[in-house]
Amino acid sequence: MTSKAKIHLDRVAKTYPGSKVPAVDELTLDILEGEILVLVGPSGCGKSTTLRLINRMIEPSGGRIMLDGEDVTKANPDKLRRRIGYVIQQIGLFPHQTIAQNIGTVPKMLGWDKKKIAARADELLATVGLDPEQYRDRFPKELSGGQAQRVGVARALGADPDIMLMDEPFGAIDPITRDRLQNEFLRLQEELHKTIVFVTHDIDEAIKMGDRIAILGERSTIRQYDTPERILAYPVDDFVNDFIGTGSTIKGLNFQQVSSLTLPDYPAIRPEDSADVARGKLDAAGEEWLVLLDDAGHPQRWLSTDDVAAGPSTYGEKGEEVGDTLNQDDTLFTALEHMVQSAAGKSCVVDESGRFAGVVEMAHLNKAIRRAQYEAQRHYEEMERA
Amino acid sequence: MSDTQTLERDDAPAAGVPEPDDAPKRVRRSPGEVINSLSLVIAPVLIAGLGVLVFVYYRSLDLENAPTQQRSALDWSDRLQPQITQHLTIAFWSSLLTIVIAIPIGVMLTRPGLRKIAPGVLAVANSGQALPAYGLLVIGITVGGQGQRTAIVALAIYALLPVLRNTMVGLEGVDRNLLEAGKGMGMTRLQVLGRIELPLAVPVIIAGVRTAVVLTIGMAALAALIGGGGLGITIFSGIKLNQTPVLLIGAAIVILIALVFDYAGALAERFLKPRGL
Repeated sequence: MTSKAKIHLDRVAKTYPGSKVPAVDELTLDILEGEILVLVGPSGCGKSTTLRLINRMIEPSGGRIMLDGEDVTKANPDKLRRRIGYVIQQIGLFPHQTIAQNIGTVPKMLGWDKKKIAARADELLATVGLDPEQYRDRFPKELSGGQAQRVGVARALGADPDIMLMDEPFGAIDPITRDRLQNEFLRLQEELHKTIVFVTHDIDEAIKMGDRIAILGERSTIRQYDTPERILAYPVDDFVNDFIGTGSTIKGLNFQQVSSLTLPDYPAIRPEDSADVARGKLDAAGEEWLVLLDDAGHPQRWLSTDDVAAGPSTYGEKGEEVGDTLNQDDTLFTALEHMVQSAAGKSCVVDESGRFAGVVEMAHLNKAIRRAQYEAQRHYEEMERA
Repeated sequence: MSDTQTLERDDAPAAGVPEPDDAPKRVRRSPGEVINSLSLVIAPVLIAGLGVLVFVYYRSLDLENAPTQQRSALDWSDRLQPQITQHLTIAFWSSLLTIVIAIPIGVMLTRPGLRKIAPGVLAVANSGQALPAYGLLVIGITVGGQGQRTAIVALAIYALLPVLRNTMVGLEGVDRNLLEAGKGMGMTRLQVLGRIELPLAVPVIIAGVRTAVVLTIGMAALAALIGGGGLGITIFSGIKLNQTPVLLIGAAIVILIALVFDYAGALAERFLKPRGL
């Protein structure tokens, strides 16, 4: 991601005729090239209006819109919109046109030749995970909701625009399909590096999709504008805090990986170690549970002081199974999930070959969260000073 | 046949209904559609049956020995055939005039700038139809004098409403989201109209045209009153001369023509409907 502003909104405002209160009040915003910026906020805060100001579906009543440093506030709106992909919640596939014709809408307006349009439609269908052979000649009514939204995305990508505006694109889709579409879209974005402005009212979707999130209050004023992890670690005011809701700290664990923790040595024994060795290790570490490894060093069971009393022959029956183990690239959220299910209240970490590499405990998560909060706080203090 | 037709819209599946994402959606034909296609087969049979009935009745009249008035009124090549031609001519030009006037007005009245005056224009068109057709013809005489041309214009005004109203209803009935999507992709207003709105409004507009055509064919019988010719001559002379067979034959031919064109309209509605709807 380069730090060049792809879209620059300069004190953009919208006041509807006959209304004294502006719907969008002098919004200034930089959207960087290749990032997904999520506009999120409560209903009626003007986030959709803000999005529609960018492609001038709504004409701003003040301010400037710059794309690639070019002022487009007065440019021909139709030509402007052909450069910008646009996806809406209702999808709006044209029912009287085939899927391929729908996808070819913008290329056709741009005057591409027929062969190129057809090839592009096939390519995009494959990109969004639909078999071109099967789908290109279908009509929209023959698609399910999820498929229709995939086609909606493909159509927005039609002429390969740099910028995509997405207005609650997955809002009307059932949760399971939505999750799948979100993941597919993020994967797609890794290849495409579009500059995307994404509107949602769902903070979880915002956290999942956004490289950065702008939390909007009334009249589309920016309450906080930052990466999801910093917003979760340090909500700047009560409004943001209320909006991101309870569990924000725990959601923040999604943004840290096990590899970021420095794990201290944890007592572990081999199948052949005696009860005395085991007890010695437990006492030395001051722990209640130790980990039983197999000959290859893979963690097997949690054993307490009582469990080791009868010696090596009964290790296999005593204690509790270790269960799922964590890899270095698992998130701390996953670690927490494993932890609350584990008998010891801890979770084993393994290296690439599955060998025991340490244990994550609640104290580690606690430290990680506090560190994130501290860093976010310092970031904001520095910003204030600057 | 109705001049306002409800739009069948296939909305995206309701939110919250889990739907297997990759399973192709089955498109079932609704019972209404099945009945519709059945009627496309049955209607011509009935119309042909009626035609045969009229023909048999005409043949059974024994015109050789009938009263002179009846014989001359029902003479095929001297009276009936030219009248049918006149009748169709009046109906054709009148319908064409209706379409050429009503559809563009309907389009204009649904554009943002003119939408405000739409109710007013509809009220005027409404009163055009509320006026007795005979009255309209009489007014026509005072403006344009007697003759076929006056009849054509008067009938065109009379049939304006169904086409105008259906054009407006059809265009207004197009899902706003489609217009939003089209505009959002950079379609000009004209492109939105030509590529999205009009194609999607076609079924409703055609239904209006069908109504207007049938109406005009029926009303063209009145053209005879102002010297416009057509089958009205036979019908009215049947009444005046108290010759029931003459009246019956004249009316029956008008009915037959109207039914044939109504059926043609049904076919047009069916086959001009854009695929995918």
